Amino acid sequence: MTLTQAEKAAVVTIWAKVATQADAIGAESLERLFFSYPQTKTYFPHFDLSQGSTQLRGHGSKVMNAIGEAVKNIDDIRGALAKLSELHAYILRVDPVNFKLLSHCILCSVAARYPNDFTPEVHAAWDKFLSSVSSVLTEKYR
Amino acid sequence: MVLSGNDKTNVKGVFSKIGGHAEEYGAEALERMFATYPQTKTYFPHFDVAPGSAQVKAHGKKVAAALVEAANHIDDIATALSKLSDLHAQKLRVDPVNFKLLGQCFLVVVAIHNPSVLTPEVHASLDKFLCAVGNVLTAKYR
Repeated sequence: MTLTQAEKAAVVTIWAKVATQADAIGAESLERLFFSYPQTKTYFPHFDLSQGSTQLRGHGSKVMNAIGEAVKNIDDIRGALAKLSELHAYILRVDPVNFKLLSHCILCSVAARYPNDFTPEVHAAWDKFLSSVSSVLTEKYR
Repeated sequence: MVLSGNDKTNVKGVFSKIGGHAEEYGAEALERMFATYPQTKTYFPHFDVAPGSAQVKAHGKKVAAALVEAANHIDDIATALSKLSDLHAQKLRVDPVNFKLLGQCFLVVVAIHNPSVLTPEVHASLDKFLCAVGNVLTAKYR
């Protein structure tokens, strides 16, 4: 699946806004993930998952930074996230289905904060983009 | 997901062992899919989907031929199946989840008829190959 020029533009434009609240959106997306899909908490036995926890914020930041890197290098997401891809393949081994769940939560958080910008076309572009990121992060699993 | 050298060798090996039986396997895979996952029948309202139906046999041949084509061009499945990819994107629009189901059934059929061929390594390679084919056929959906 490849992103069209229009889709890349949509992703980059929205990112400019999202980036201003990246940490908060990251933390909120994880909260939504753990709330709606409690099974995802099993990957974080070492975390304090209560709302507003420092670890949650810290991890949300990491996730959003990686997404920011992917946006900046949207023509070569694979290159930009190569190390993260290996991390997920050899150490973290998060079941691929969970990437869909987190992507969905990120979309919800972004939509909630930028309702006027989140048109159907932008929604589709962001969904494709996050799917691409997820593919890259799981492609070295086997 | 990328097919390693070993994967490609394994896949080619499987198809050369299957040889002329590929068409029967295609038909049997469809039969099993319709039996185990009845929702897949909704894509074939114009077919007689009873076991042994001539239409299912003919369709099985088509499916098998495509898989053989992909295996023969395993270094560039996207180009080999480009027309089929367009067909699925623009006309057939089979929900991507169903490719996994048919792939599973095909694996089962290969396993039943060639138990000694499907070692764990070969099984994994064939599964990766079938996933890759599914990805190509759904790549142009959006």
